[in-house]
Amino acid sequence: MSDAPTAVLRAEGLVKTHHGEGAPAHAVRGVDLCVRRGEFVAVTGPSGAGKSTLLHLLGGLQRPDSGSIWLDGERTDAYSEARWAVERRRRIGIVFQFFNLVSNLSVADNVELPALLAGVSAKRARAERAELLAELGLAGKERSMPGELSGGEQQRVALARALVNRPPLLLADEPAGSLDSKGTREVMRLLSRFHQRGQTILLVTHDARLASAADRVISFFDGRIADDVELDGAPSSGAGVPAVLELRD
Amino acid sequence: MRLPLLALLARGPAHGYELKQDLEQLLGAAYPQPNIGQIYVTLGRLEKSGLIEGEEVEQSSRPNKKIYRLTAAGQEALSAWYEETSDEPRVRDEFFMKLALAPQTGLADQVVLINRQRRHYLNTMRNLSKLATADHRDNRIALLLIEGAMLHLQADLDWLERCQEELEKPE
Repeated sequence: MSDAPTAVLRAEGLVKTHHGEGAPAHAVRGVDLCVRRGEFVAVTGPSGAGKSTLLHLLGGLQRPDSGSIWLDGERTDAYSEARWAVERRRRIGIVFQFFNLVSNLSVADNVELPALLAGVSAKRARAERAELLAELGLAGKERSMPGELSGGEQQRVALARALVNRPPLLLADEPAGSLDSKGTREVMRLLSRFHQRGQTILLVTHDARLASAADRVISFFDGRIADDVELDGAPSSGAGVPAVLELRD
Repeated sequence: MRLPLLALLARGPAHGYELKQDLEQLLGAAYPQPNIGQIYVTLGRLEKSGLIEGEEVEQSSRPNKKIYRLTAAGQEALSAWYEETSDEPRVRDEFFMKLALAPQTGLADQVVLINRQRRHYLNTMRNLSKLATADHRDNRIALLLIEGAMLHLQADLDWLERCQEELEKPE
């Protein structure tokens, strides 16, 4: 692959079938994917299309039945659970729909924990945490417990936690899935801002509004990539923005 | 354009150019502005149908301007407008017909059509979200207009998704 040297993430031939009760569910059915440094990619599709499973495979949270994943050009097939856990602190930050904050730790501790686990000094972890919380508009909430915050605030804490070790790749799984319209806009704004500073992002969402913040959108159907398109924002043929905004009697 | 102009005149008499400025201020630059010619034509029609009346006012160094006010009939038409609910938005019927008829023509693949349409919507969505974050952060009414357009587009995108799910299934 010619773009392999700059690929933060590459996958080839990924397959994952869930064997639960009833018929086996073919969640991911042969996916090739390459995410280059600095890209902001959204994967959209109906619920049940397998897009969350895909994200879990890419973050090492689940193992594929077949296929391979490369992080920064390094093949991950032989990674153990422990090794993946380390990579999820160093190279991959993840945010989830339901935040997954540690409920009995303060906001500050939630954010600092992954830094401390990665071997960063307490002083530096504090500094990184302070900078991120300020950036995310959460200064003053350090001592709050997650349960005292709104959904939108909790998601921002989760974002700070995911980014505290400055991972080259951010994975986001329906990050606005449990937020209202305002919270969704806020998440959109923040993801765009981090992306503008060079953060590589892979976002999974069923929300087309959120997906439109990305500069590349992959449509996922029935375990497969149905379309993969760069959004340049250029009005293609047709009427575009003025026409959808125009009020008519 | 007729009823919005009546609504703007409910506050008090105004001339055409003032009405254009009122609209611009209300809806922000995102809204494709009606040109002044359109406004004058509509005002002329409203006057002819007795919903407003105009009065020429002399200006020292310029041509006369016409100040319009609502008539009783205009008041009534406006009240009736507020009494009614508005029509539902419609499915994009042109695209729907294209999609529905594609197999018979042999000219296009339905999934290809859906993907192309989705690309088009996504680009428009992206432009709308840029508009919303850019210059319109302070104009609540303009933001609501943009957000409404985004939610409609989202519904269209969800519907494309449904079409794709359904049409990719073997019959």
